[in-house]
Amino acid sequence: MAATTLEAQRRRAELKRVWGRVSLYVLAITAALLAAFPFLWSTITMFKQDQDLYNRDNNPFWFTLPPTLEHIRYLFENTAFLTFVRNTMVVGLAVVAITLLISLPAAYSLARLAGRWGERMGIAIFLVYLIPPTLLFLPMSRVVASLGLLESLWSLILVYPTITIPISVWLLMGFFKGIPRDIEEQAMVDGYTRAGAVMRTVLPLVFPGIVAVIVFSFTLSAHEFIYALSFISSTANKTISVGVPTALVRGDVFFWQSLQAAAVFVALPIAIVFNLFLDRFIAGFTMGAVKG
Amino acid sequence: MSVVEVRGLTKEFGDMVAVDHVDLASREGEFLVLLGPSGCGKTTLLRMIAGLEEPTSGEIYIGGEKMNGLPPRIRKVAMVFQSYALYPHMTVARNIAFPLRAEGVDKAEQDKRVRWAAELLGIDRYLDRRPRQLSGGERQRVALARALVREPNVFLLDEPLSNLDAKLRAAARDDLLEFQRRVGITTIYVTHDQVEAMGMGDRIAVMRDGKIRQFGTPEEIYSDPADTFVATFIGSPPMNLLEGEHRVVGFRPENFKPIGEFTERDVPSTFRFHVNRSEYLGSDRFLYGVVEGYDENTKVIARVPVGSTIAEGATYEFGVAAADLCYFDPRTGKRLRGDA
Repeated sequence: MAATTLEAQRRRAELKRVWGRVSLYVLAITAALLAAFPFLWSTITMFKQDQDLYNRDNNPFWFTLPPTLEHIRYLFENTAFLTFVRNTMVVGLAVVAITLLISLPAAYSLARLAGRWGERMGIAIFLVYLIPPTLLFLPMSRVVASLGLLESLWSLILVYPTITIPISVWLLMGFFKGIPRDIEEQAMVDGYTRAGAVMRTVLPLVFPGIVAVIVFSFTLSAHEFIYALSFISSTANKTISVGVPTALVRGDVFFWQSLQAAAVFVALPIAIVFNLFLDRFIAGFTMGAVKG
Repeated sequence: MSVVEVRGLTKEFGDMVAVDHVDLASREGEFLVLLGPSGCGKTTLLRMIAGLEEPTSGEIYIGGEKMNGLPPRIRKVAMVFQSYALYPHMTVARNIAFPLRAEGVDKAEQDKRVRWAAELLGIDRYLDRRPRQLSGGERQRVALARALVREPNVFLLDEPLSNLDAKLRAAARDDLLEFQRRVGITTIYVTHDQVEAMGMGDRIAVMRDGKIRQFGTPEEIYSDPADTFVATFIGSPPMNLLEGEHRVVGFRPENFKPIGEFTERDVPSTFRFHVNRSEYLGSDRFLYGVVEGYDENTKVIARVPVGSTIAEGATYEFGVAAADLCYFDPRTGKRLRGDA
């Protein structure tokens, strides 16, 4: 009697385990498809001929007419796409550098500051991040204009850190707090200056946080739209987020295939780099969250 | 190798006085223990010697040189933190070599000295591992090897055994002492564990509320305590204290014996001891009770041989030899010298 009930319960538990696995995989695959689908659609669309794309009877997810490279050639030959990419790289790398240079020492000082003031100032700095660019772009335009930086990449290089620094300081504070003071004091007793001790022992330990800051700052520079639109109108200085739509949307004519090609060519390398650092990136955000 | 001396050393954190006019001098190659309850200022004192904390006033000398205002790296002290503070992103070998790299020692010499230190502490098999792959005892030895490798003037150890389990702690205590004797470097060792202090220290400085209450050999501190705090902090179980009219009488549990065990020459004082409870501990028996004529809330403990035939609930004639009695001032707790 007891044996059969136990056997039944064992079978039920086994069944539950199998179902758990199955639903987990179904969920994961669905989520992956949902996330990847726009890229897949873009990739197919960028190779389509016009007659294929605009005929509503054709399957939008496959080729009815043979694929073509025509629109990709158009993107590279008839628009300043490579200039946009170069500008985005310049702005992105400069913003990353400025953000790290300022937020690392700021976060370290705030995290090590005794008492409650460090924490409060960290929160105050984070609040700045919550003011949306849609409110700030008008006053910011005046600032940029009076600095004589309109139409210059420097306008973006100087303004983007106002968004990236607050959140990076807040994120890195959590990391620095997670590193015991003993470790840097030990390094100081072992013969280093405070700066040397921090460089050799603390920075390597907050590396996941540094990766998170790099990824966040770079992607923000690549996709930010409002500031890029209001500060820069010359094609030579546009970044991808503004340059691509202005070059490929003319009045009500959309160059769909070239637009999709531009999106894929930008997204793919970033996605690949993301994946290389994915583990550390996730560790970055979750660790900051828990220990912050 | 150097002696460490502090004069009038004081550290205030806001209104709180962590270390209060401390004077202390070690001897060459000595194992000096700073003992006290948590919050007594012993770690702050150690951190000031290391240079991690700047004193509010007073002076610090290492090897006769005044060290005030100098950063830790100039003082050439080695410190082992309670947490060991190993660098988690470096291998054991790189951890040990870390102080050498600060001094710019060349690579070949670094390897040689790392190997020497690792062999001395029996961790040469782990040189390629990372700290998280080591047990507590192994980590402690890595921390010691790192402290030792650049032949410091002074070792500063902050409760290095408190993270080990009881069995490992006894073994590590033994290793640490043997190692210190071999290298002969002056060592200042902070602990709150009086057993550890008694067993390891050449001399012990007992601290409380930022002050040194007594400084002496383990024997002096145990048998000749300077005040009631030292008397009760040292020894397990602690010294019995009976409050009389003009003075407090103190005696150790092992000196409190049935009156029949004394001879005339001991001139014992006698007490009527009512035994409430008897505790068998294998090697000894502890008797818990009260002494007639004194406050009945004052618990008195006697430590007697296991074989003694003493029943719970009965009253016996117990005594203490005159030489084993200490008298304290009931107001200040200070020892009253002579037989006042």
